Amino acid sequence: MAQHQVNYMQDGGLPVALTSIDKLANWGRSNSLWALTYGLACCGIEMMASGASRYDFDRFGTIFRSSPRQADIMIVAGTLTKKHAEFIRRLYDQMTEPKWVISMGSCANTGGMFNTYATVQGVDRVIPVDLYLPGCAPRPETLQYAVMLLQKKIRSEKAIKSQKPKRLM
Amino acid sequence: MQQTNRLRPFFENITFDRDDNELVLNFGPQHPSAHGQLRLMLHLQQEQIVKAHPDVGYLHRGMEKMAENMIYNEFMPTTDRMDYIASSSNNYGFALAVEELIGLEVPRRAKVIRMMLLETNRLMSHLFWLATTALDIGAMTVFLYAFREREYLMDLIEDYCGARLTHSAVRIGGVPLDLPDNFMGDLRKFLEKLPENIKDYEDLLDTNRIWKMRMEKVGVISTEMALSWGCTGPMLRASGVKWDIRKEEPYELYDEVDFDVPYSDKGDNYARYKIYMMEMRESAKILHQLIPMYFDTTPELMAHAPKYISAPKIDIMTQNYSLMQHFVLVTQGMRPPVGEVYIPTESPKGELGFYINSQGGPYPYRLKLRAPSFWHTGILTDLLPGHYIPDVVSIIGTTNIVFGEVDR
Repeated sequence: MAQHQVNYMQDGGLPVALTSIDKLANWGRSNSLWALTYGLACCGIEMMASGASRYDFDRFGTIFRSSPRQADIMIVAGTLTKKHAEFIRRLYDQMTEPKWVISMGSCANTGGMFNTYATVQGVDRVIPVDLYLPGCAPRPETLQYAVMLLQKKIRSEKAIKSQKPKRLM
Repeated sequence: MQQTNRLRPFFENITFDRDDNELVLNFGPQHPSAHGQLRLMLHLQQEQIVKAHPDVGYLHRGMEKMAENMIYNEFMPTTDRMDYIASSSNNYGFALAVEELIGLEVPRRAKVIRMMLLETNRLMSHLFWLATTALDIGAMTVFLYAFREREYLMDLIEDYCGARLTHSAVRIGGVPLDLPDNFMGDLRKFLEKLPENIKDYEDLLDTNRIWKMRMEKVGVISTEMALSWGCTGPMLRASGVKWDIRKEEPYELYDEVDFDVPYSDKGDNYARYKIYMMEMRESAKILHQLIPMYFDTTPELMAHAPKYISAPKIDIMTQNYSLMQHFVLVTQGMRPPVGEVYIPTESPKGELGFYINSQGGPYPYRLKLRAPSFWHTGILTDLLPGHYIPDVVSIIGTTNIVFGEVDR
């Protein structure tokens, strides 16, 4: 006796989806972007707000982790000072590949309004950045959009190859 | 020579600097519950802290130096980034200091709007404090609830000035805009719901066993200690001193509204938590009283002082002299008279004071900010020894320090 009464050739087709390993791996990667909490200043508050009740980042699979070893992306939210620069590099190096960096807010992008002796003029002088997010401070919606853009970028990458070393500015 | 009957590691060629089992633990500068970039060097005997050394400066952006190279109005957005949880209170503190320097009288409607902004900012700051402290201690539900209410307040502020976090909503000499039409209705709606919300938090936390264990009799600050470390705000009031600058040296219309200053004698984390909760109720009370006061005022928003403040837009567009003055004020900046001034205000975290030394030029000769969080960070040196590592997190939580303000 045949166990299956369904005729796969006719009723809706085979329960098989054809895809490539790349697409499958990227689908998984892009939908579970665990972010390292890197709230440095004001943007950190907006980053918290995007993780909290109204904006609810968990829907995107973006869960904030406190350890670089569990994180895929680093959202650098706030002003990076010269005193802190050493630590951001160290934490970036501790993250496992593949890893991406979102630079959130004007201070992280270019130093913003703080062109002084104490601030690093853009986080891209210390670690490579994938996505620059303008605003001072960017709204949570903007951060959500940035994460969506990053997902798009991840989906277009080769999943099997190791990441190319990224260039510092 | 190693003694076989004693279980001690034996290293032949190594000598140790110290032989007292003391472990030095680095806490921060990038720690999820350090509320920013606090770095603590903790000396531990087992789990107990014997010495704590807070290291600040990881968010030092040189704001006081920046102020010396900016005209007064230009510096206003920078004050937003000091205490970025309640930015209007910084804007206000700076504006008040400059107004005192010039000797300006602000129109009454602007005063009411400023007070509304200050109290909404206090609510936002206290809600944020509750959210983060509860999150650090493990009460995630309260974090989500408190952020929900905070978002409503942010909507209100956004309706007023267009920004969520960095408002710049106060100008030297008044406020730039009148309240939008829907503001009062939305504020009333929020204020009606707020007592229920605060009761929700208290139901969740007040008698919660874990919360009490983490809070009660932890981080006790005696009155002498609080005074000698320069504590202000809720930190001082929780240690038995009934001191609120809104009452002691009233600015704006705080002498016309009726509110209480909550204080407690216990001085522990739990007392501070109760103070924050009571202060939220008091802020709501003040906001309730401000709504009818607003409608009693005439629509002027900026002080009339052509030498320092630009004329209203309509005058600038129609009268040549106003346009000229506006041009000079924008390109060169106002020139306050020679003198110095220190004005304290009660920010949500404590006494926020601006010292300005003016030499008569368009730039301040020296601007010094007395930020409450800086002093509350200092007290950790004395407060932490004797406590255990988990208490560090709850103590940092209740001191409510913000690093934009500590490091400037």
